[in-house]
Amino acid sequence: MNPKINVKDYEPIVGKSYIEELRMLARRLSGKTILNINSTFEGGGVAEILSRLVPLLNQLGVDVRWQTISGEAQFFRVTKKLHIALHGKDEPISDDEFSLFLETTERNLNQIDFSGDIMFIHDPQPAALITKKSDIGKKWIWRCHIDISHPDAQVWRFLEQFVTNYDAAVFSSPNFAQQLPIRQFFAPPSIDPLSDKNKELSPEAVDAVLAKYGLNRDKPLILQVSRFDRLKDPLGVIKAFELVRKNFTCQLVLAGGTASDDPESGEVLQEVRERAAGNSDIHILDIPPGSDIDINALQRAATVIMQKSLREGFALTITEALWKAKPVVASAVGGIPLQVKNRLTGLLCHSVEGAAYALRQILANPDYGRWLGRNGREHVRQHFLIVREIRDYMLMFLTLEHREDVIYL
Amino acid sequence: VVYYHTHSFIEEYQFLTPEPTNDFALWVQDALGYDILAERLASIDTFEFPTVGALRQMIIGVIQDFLAQTSNEREAPPGNEFHFIKSISIVLPTPYAAHDLQEFVSILRRISIGSLYFHIFEARLRLQRVTNDFSLWLEECLGEKELAERITRLDPYNYTMENLREIIIQLCEKRL
Repeated sequence: MNPKINVKDYEPIVGKSYIEELRMLARRLSGKTILNINSTFEGGGVAEILSRLVPLLNQLGVDVRWQTISGEAQFFRVTKKLHIALHGKDEPISDDEFSLFLETTERNLNQIDFSGDIMFIHDPQPAALITKKSDIGKKWIWRCHIDISHPDAQVWRFLEQFVTNYDAAVFSSPNFAQQLPIRQFFAPPSIDPLSDKNKELSPEAVDAVLAKYGLNRDKPLILQVSRFDRLKDPLGVIKAFELVRKNFTCQLVLAGGTASDDPESGEVLQEVRERAAGNSDIHILDIPPGSDIDINALQRAATVIMQKSLREGFALTITEALWKAKPVVASAVGGIPLQVKNRLTGLLCHSVEGAAYALRQILANPDYGRWLGRNGREHVRQHFLIVREIRDYMLMFLTLEHREDVIYL
Repeated sequence: VVYYHTHSFIEEYQFLTPEPTNDFALWVQDALGYDILAERLASIDTFEFPTVGALRQMIIGVIQDFLAQTSNEREAPPGNEFHFIKSISIVLPTPYAAHDLQEFVSILRRISIGSLYFHIFEARLRLQRVTNDFSLWLEECLGEKELAERITRLDPYNYTMENLREIIIQLCEKRL
């Protein structure tokens, strides 16, 4: 939890009337208890979001609670496989593994205190807890944080039998969802403008990070932040940079880390280092997890930020870049087009050559880059900050008892 | 559904003077590449229509006319399908109530974009009131017929929400 978070601190960012509106909605939820259930209190995006959402909603006066399911390591190995298969990768899961998933769910059904009016269940790991609904009733919402638009058919059939018993499901984008016989809501993820990764930094703090990594403050900096994964196309980024470098003085920084749950990442990092060898304007930074201030500083120092992924989830790295008013060049995949409206809040590309063309436009026209950056920041302010996610959830909780298009409270 | 897809741009681009377009026109252009149809759909003037039903008929008519003249039907690439979305409005009272024009202006400066949007866009097209809520109140409760008409004549689809707020405030201040 983050006891230091204060909802009033968001007023200078989104305006007093926005926070006042949140308080009005919160008052309408008075007397309701919302119970969030996910698989962990720490580590991963969902825990990070909940660790901020729960205290903020509590401060607004909404009784929001948070519990996690428990399970042996073997259970989480199975849920990891489910996660991979739901993303569409071939990941065989045996009958024994499905049984283990159900047995662990059964144990949790007996352990969890389901006090509350609305059960807000996050992601596939605790999804089967819905079987409790036939005993206790209440409203149940399944919040799917991942893209399940092209899942492995066997795994989706298994999960679908649970999901269809919920009162509603929430997805980050229509493109990430499935056809379901229940109500679906759309709520994109968000960033916290006051977190270490996004808060304002002094020029001295930014300079210190640049010095730490041996980067030249005076040379235009093209940055991609992502773990070393072929789907992030780091070699494509280098090719695009080389095309641009012929006519523009600039440097490229590929900043990211290797993931312990991704055996390929070390190999990809090695490939990228070999490809960049001999070019002193290309900097490959293997940054350890938790270096949020470093990432923040690199983003703030960048002239252009890239995300040339071949496949992508929502791409919160783009949200972070836009929030820092940086012009971005990004592939039109996953959740990126929701954030980057071509030629309004950034430039979209579909190829190495397209990426290079977009980079040149920005490097040659700094005013255009600043205009894109300003628009991008406003786009994030209105749609992708944590206060909007809080508002969306409160609105959704309020609609659960209604079926009409216009609800008067 | 039609209401959502013809109004989402207003909420989406509060920082830019909105292109008065709709999601249908954008999709027809970006996913299908029908430039002429996209232009025809974009040029439908939402402000002219008193009901969402009438607007829906116009959109259908434009698409049917186009389809009757084209033999080359295109399919959207995978991942670019049009997802029909329905919006739900939640309406709740705010603590603000104006008793005269001075108070009205002062509250107008403070209310959220959501509140402004409701009284201008939703009131007229979704709730099918004759005009926006502000004009109705100004005319019926304060007898400010001319000011009400001026606000009614504003085409709100061509301004950002903040610009719209400022223009209405200026019109009221001139009267004060």
